[in-house]
Amino acid sequence: MAKIGLEIHCQLTKLESKLFCSCKADYREFESNTNICPICMGIPGSLPLLNKKAVEKATLIAMALDCDTPPQIAFFRKNYFYPDLPKNFQITQLNADGYDKTSIGWEGTITVDNKKIRIRRIQLEEDPGRLIYEGATERTKVTLVDYNRAGTPLVEIVTEPDFENPHHVRNFLNILSDLLENLDVSDPGLDGAMRADANVSIEGGSKVEIKNINSFHDLEKAVHFEITRQQSLAEREIEIIQETRHWDDKRKITVSARTKEEEEEYRYHLEADIPWVNIGSKTKNELQVHMPESISSKRERYVSKYSITSQVADILSSDRYFSELFENAKDETNAKDVANMITTDIMGLLDTREKRDSSKLNAKHLSDLIASIKSNKITRSSAKLALDEIIKNGKPLLQIIKDLDLGHVSDEDTLSNIITEVLNEEATAAEDAKQNPEIINFLLGKVMQKTHGKAEPELTLALLKKNLGI
Amino acid sequence: MNLSISALDYQTSIKNGDFTVEEFISKSIEKINSVEDNLHAFLLKMNDSALEKAKEIDRKIKSNQNVGKCFGMPISVKDNICVAGYRTTCASKVLEDFIAPYTATTVDRLQSEDAIIIGKTNLDEFAMGLSTEYSAYGESKNPWNTDYVPGGSSGGSAVSVSANECVASLGSDTGGSIRNPASFCSVVGLKPTYGLVSRYGLISYANSMDQIGPLTKTVKDSAFLLNIISGIDPNDNTTRDEKNQDYLKDIDVGIEGKKIGIVSEMTSSEVLSDEVLNSTNDAIKTFESIGANCENIELPMVPYAVAAYYTITSTEAGSNLARYDNIRYGYDFDSEGFEFNSYISQARNKLGPEVKRRMILGGFVPSAGHAGKYFLKALKVKSKLVSELKPIFDKFDFLISPTVPIQPFKFGEIKDPIQFMKIDYNTVTSNLTGKPAISVPYKIVNGLPIGIQIMADSFKDHSLLQAAYALEKTVKLPEVPI
Repeated sequence: MAKIGLEIHCQLTKLESKLFCSCKADYREFESNTNICPICMGIPGSLPLLNKKAVEKATLIAMALDCDTPPQIAFFRKNYFYPDLPKNFQITQLNADGYDKTSIGWEGTITVDNKKIRIRRIQLEEDPGRLIYEGATERTKVTLVDYNRAGTPLVEIVTEPDFENPHHVRNFLNILSDLLENLDVSDPGLDGAMRADANVSIEGGSKVEIKNINSFHDLEKAVHFEITRQQSLAEREIEIIQETRHWDDKRKITVSARTKEEEEEYRYHLEADIPWVNIGSKTKNELQVHMPESISSKRERYVSKYSITSQVADILSSDRYFSELFENAKDETNAKDVANMITTDIMGLLDTREKRDSSKLNAKHLSDLIASIKSNKITRSSAKLALDEIIKNGKPLLQIIKDLDLGHVSDEDTLSNIITEVLNEEATAAEDAKQNPEIINFLLGKVMQKTHGKAEPELTLALLKKNLGI
Repeated sequence: MNLSISALDYQTSIKNGDFTVEEFISKSIEKINSVEDNLHAFLLKMNDSALEKAKEIDRKIKSNQNVGKCFGMPISVKDNICVAGYRTTCASKVLEDFIAPYTATTVDRLQSEDAIIIGKTNLDEFAMGLSTEYSAYGESKNPWNTDYVPGGSSGGSAVSVSANECVASLGSDTGGSIRNPASFCSVVGLKPTYGLVSRYGLISYANSMDQIGPLTKTVKDSAFLLNIISGIDPNDNTTRDEKNQDYLKDIDVGIEGKKIGIVSEMTSSEVLSDEVLNSTNDAIKTFESIGANCENIELPMVPYAVAAYYTITSTEAGSNLARYDNIRYGYDFDSEGFEFNSYISQARNKLGPEVKRRMILGGFVPSAGHAGKYFLKALKVKSKLVSELKPIFDKFDFLISPTVPIQPFKFGEIKDPIQFMKIDYNTVTSNLTGKPAISVPYKIVNGLPIGIQIMADSFKDHSLLQAAYALEKTVKLPEVPI
């Protein structure tokens, strides 16, 4: 059986500024090397200034993952040379100075597929810059450095090797990603906001680390590949050596990374520029009080309070955007309908980040829509047309019903004319309907077709029955 | 007009209209121009901007506008402290063309009080050394005898004050770098409590111990400057709010009844030269004569302090100086054809021998296989020193010793690095423990100065200055012969 552990890096994208300076934490919109300052560039004479909000957000994550949170935390320097590191050291929380438990969180748990996954450690650190490789041929190849990302607050979450298969890993990452989004600390959907490395071992073999994995999808594949590789080595009685392997995105295999001695030499020592930070019980209580409701508690509430099916509750609770929409649109009477409309109609229309960002739909639209359907002002199919339009322009529902002429046809004469028309065209069906009432629905559908879905359903049905004499 | 006047006397003279700021600055520039060839205190002279600023302040005085407490007094700044728009070289070739994009908080506060920055002073490269012999731009000379070193690393600062090229100076002290040259050049040098003075704009050498402080002609002047430069700074997370303490207040309260510990390890004949030992014994008598109770105490960790100091500072230096890789700023060097690691080693060839020595040491002592034997042990010495000092400061107000175990030595006289390191014997303890310490000029023996060091508990800088003032009042020294 395989043992798999993970190291997840998640940017705290919901913060205003970087971990040690006032540059923007959201660096993505900037031109290269314009979201920088003397501090994140490590210009001589500058000093790091700790973003206290980052400490709070990271502590919130630790608490949500049931970690122990020490009363005092400290920062350390991890020293190594790399062009993306402006100071040639990273300020992080790992240490070799013999200081005990000085990072944000320790020894937590999270349940995935009914199995407890242990969290070993959570730490706060700065993201390095980004290297961009350009040039098509060997001769024209250049490496460019963009420091916009340097200093972005990053939380590292390290698990114990508690996963047994790639699928389990994938489920965990989805749950963790939802959890981080629900805490309003990060937007894991942003490119590069959440990254993960894995370590894999099989019985009797050494631990192999896999790095360089760009997506959860690839991680699942890489872990799967690595288990298979190790198993086939074991079958042939070849020793599995402890090493770091890189995921080759193109060939979909892991390849051995050059093992360099200095890779393990980080000369950790205390970062004296940042005094130890006290995180007292007062701060923790404050955080606890303001902690967003957990996904599982939301799910339970949706089922027990609003009688929403567990499947719908599951989908709704795990997505921060839609659960917020739900919470704001629902009342005592319409909750179930709101939930269903979100999961059956809206999720399909807003299935990408871009679509969500540009959507003009708000909770009021949604509750109005449900109310209009309930009071028979519009049909469900008209509601779908209205939704499309609302998302595009955000006009009030009443206006949209007017603009698109979505109101019901409830004029008896008009409907009677159309019904006569349909019964003439579908004479056979009309005859059959007298024996088999089920067929009426077919005729109703035809009327709907002719009225573009606007026929008032109950009235139409009544008129149909009257016409057919049943 | 006498260029040797103290900052406080300067203040009074300007207020009285004895001379104008422009007159004093012009005369200081004349002095600088006449002695610099000989002394080399400055790496950068800021004559033009100084004169301009002087005229501006004179205009303010004339038109009865508000004028800052410094009234245009010329102050020099060690060249590892940033002044926006000016080169800050750390006396290194690596930062030869580094124009600071910001002004250090300490300098900013002085300028807000209408001090005039007259120039940037020489130091051992990146403040690593105690003689200025390791400056990449040539050594500074001791005004008392130019065959001798002025001490360091803030050697240029001490020389500029001692030779009356300016009224006062800002230096930095990581293991004695303010107090050592102050002692060697017969000026007052104060290393404040770690965290009392902002380090923003000070280029880091060993950031857990680096501290900016004043070098002045009198103890009162140090108190005056500390009033201006100390206090909490939003740009330095390690600064503490000391509620606008006035360090000049009650400075003449005296030392009557105070308890002074004489640190045996720092005053034994085994570590001190005869001249320094005699002066120290004399100083102890002086302290007793003005009412203090002196008693011998022991700090058994002191003999390990120098080793711990070099181990920790090298580790931090290795990290702080790692950024000088010539990638984001630096000098003209073509990276073409180099693998990254060999590129880095090539890029760092511009560092001088002492910096290289400490960086190599700093790469070794905290490394995975060796940290337990060196770096972690050094941290233990540091924490033991702290715990040794705790009960002592419960009982004693001050600890005294000579600032440096020896008098100034000749250029090139000490070559063995271990011998060199041992000169820091009496000064590093206050840095390792964060305590404030001051060097007060006490004697001139064979034409060369000897300073006495007083140390106090953390954030007792005020009473430290009171004790220093009490000692200073008993001392009458000859004028500097230059």
